[in-house]
Amino acid sequence: MTVRALYDYQGEAKDTQDKFHGNQLVYIGWDKHLMFCAPHCLPLPPDMPFGALVKEVLPGVYDSHPDWAQINWDSVEWTVDQKPFTPDMEKGLAEQGIGHKSLIRFTTPGLNGIAGVAS
Amino acid sequence: MTANKMNMREKYQRMTRDLAWKPTYQKEDDVYPQAKYEGIIIHDWDKWEDPFRLTVDAYWKYQAEKERKLYAIIEAFAQNNAQLNVTDARYINALKLFLTGVTPLEYAAHRGFAMAGRNFPGAGAQVSSQFQSIDELRHAQTQIHTISHYNKYFNGFHDFNHMHQRVWYLSVPKSFFEDAMSAGPFEFVTAVSFSFEYVLTNLLFMPFMSGAAFNDDMATVTFGFSAQSDESRHMTLGLEIIKFMLEQDERNVPIVQKWIDKWFWRGYRLLALVSMMMDYMLPKRVMSWQEAWEMYFEQNGGALFDDLARYGIRMPKYWEVSVKEKSRLSHEVWSIFYNYGHAAAIHTWLPKASEMDWLSEKYPETFDKYYRPRFDHWAEHKEKNGRWYNNTLPMLCQCCQIPMGFTEPDDPTTICYRESEYNGVKYHFCSDGCKDIFDDEPEKYVQAWLPVHQIYQGNCGGASVPEVLEWYHLKHGQDNLDYDDSQDKANWNKWKGLTEEAAQVMKKAANE
Repeated sequence: MTVRALYDYQGEAKDTQDKFHGNQLVYIGWDKHLMFCAPHCLPLPPDMPFGALVKEVLPGVYDSHPDWAQINWDSVEWTVDQKPFTPDMEKGLAEQGIGHKSLIRFTTPGLNGIAGVAS
Repeated sequence: MTANKMNMREKYQRMTRDLAWKPTYQKEDDVYPQAKYEGIIIHDWDKWEDPFRLTVDAYWKYQAEKERKLYAIIEAFAQNNAQLNVTDARYINALKLFLTGVTPLEYAAHRGFAMAGRNFPGAGAQVSSQFQSIDELRHAQTQIHTISHYNKYFNGFHDFNHMHQRVWYLSVPKSFFEDAMSAGPFEFVTAVSFSFEYVLTNLLFMPFMSGAAFNDDMATVTFGFSAQSDESRHMTLGLEIIKFMLEQDERNVPIVQKWIDKWFWRGYRLLALVSMMMDYMLPKRVMSWQEAWEMYFEQNGGALFDDLARYGIRMPKYWEVSVKEKSRLSHEVWSIFYNYGHAAAIHTWLPKASEMDWLSEKYPETFDKYYRPRFDHWAEHKEKNGRWYNNTLPMLCQCCQIPMGFTEPDDPTTICYRESEYNGVKYHFCSDGCKDIFDDEPEKYVQAWLPVHQIYQGNCGGASVPEVLEWYHLKHGQDNLDYDDSQDKANWNKWKGLTEEAAQVMKKAANE
């Protein structure tokens, strides 16, 4: 039973991909940088190349953090939906398995936030 | 012929229990269609105890007396311009949070208890629920009347119910109550009467009412007192319903335990808003969130669950996570509001140096280590580049709907991520507590109206912050942003004769 109800009740999922005008939702969290109080939610075209996400979208989200300018992008470690991930910068998000409501996390070794305490 | 005067007990019997007759034209199951589907088994409704034995005429008399006193005090408060006696205008933001976040819940409780009173087949439970329904309506009214005085002098109060329906963080209390109201009558009273009113209410009322007293807000203290005598009746109903269900049939025990687990966690997450009010929003603090949690939950709650152990009831699941979080909860939540203060119906600010010292003292293990550096950085940013805001919308928990700002139970430096998949769609949670609630009834929570997703679907007035604020009925530059840049602060300084600073802030506010 998936809900306690008086009859065989079916709910309507509110956030299916078809409701986002051609976009999909992607969640992004920068580990150890909790000055951004929570991970972010972005509506993105499924065919957006991963490289465009990194170069064109993420700066607008994160560049107010003093660590941002110091990131060595070759050493960044990624996960998608909690599994290790090696992005292909040319390929689109959906093409490399980043689906609607997928979670992308990244860590920047050596950069652990303000005063090095995850802020 | 002279009528015998009945004593209280007889009167109660005649005017409540004797009015419950067995239906003969209709089947009882048709008259009370919600009585059985939750799985709770009741053998004898006459075993329901009502220690107050209240009848309608007595109820009316008591409440009318309280009402007369309350309105006399509110009237005097207004005539004496007593709003000028509160500690400072920052304090008023706690009232804004109360009016937009709590008062609409009182009204929702009025509706919920009316429905519960209609759906319980037993007269004792019907009567208790119906009185509470009227109480809750009275609480909503007295709060609105009391706080309406502040609306004449401060921003952010003007359309509280509209805001409750729409503003992102107010979906947290709104969804809490809608979850309870869309359950059956037994779950509803377990949620609201037991888990919230009995186990957690001290953590809602004590901080707001003592906070009001500490900060010389006598109007709020007065409605608090006026509600307090009702609260003891409500708490009694909470404990009575739990004991009644447990004593009626042992098959009820696992169902009740599951509801206690669920509603403890939902209530605790809702109280996260109170934690930041206690530690960050009261200019004169009563006690820290951590101290309150230790006293009201760990000690008092612990004793309650020791008492319930004889029925086979244990402490709510994940209570130990709440204990691990007690030294970080308020800091994480105030951080969320500081991040998104441009989209809130309250003002936010950085704690002053003396307040940071208070936080260091109250949170010796966490504040200086994890949170002070963040505030120092924001202060520096404010001085050099202006007030920092987070300009991208946050990821929300599918269950409690709070931005995913809570950290792993054993690691305050890492966000806690939990996930489920249902019918091919991913759902995300801030904690094991919220994930378990979803997993138990996914068909319910897939329908959650998550403010961030609704904005991206185009249902909230537009895609930009100003458009969404307009849809919230919030005026940019008046109701939101930092307290330092607010009209509230400028007006306050003017009224209190702090003119030089006032002129400066006024100028800044006008340029916004």
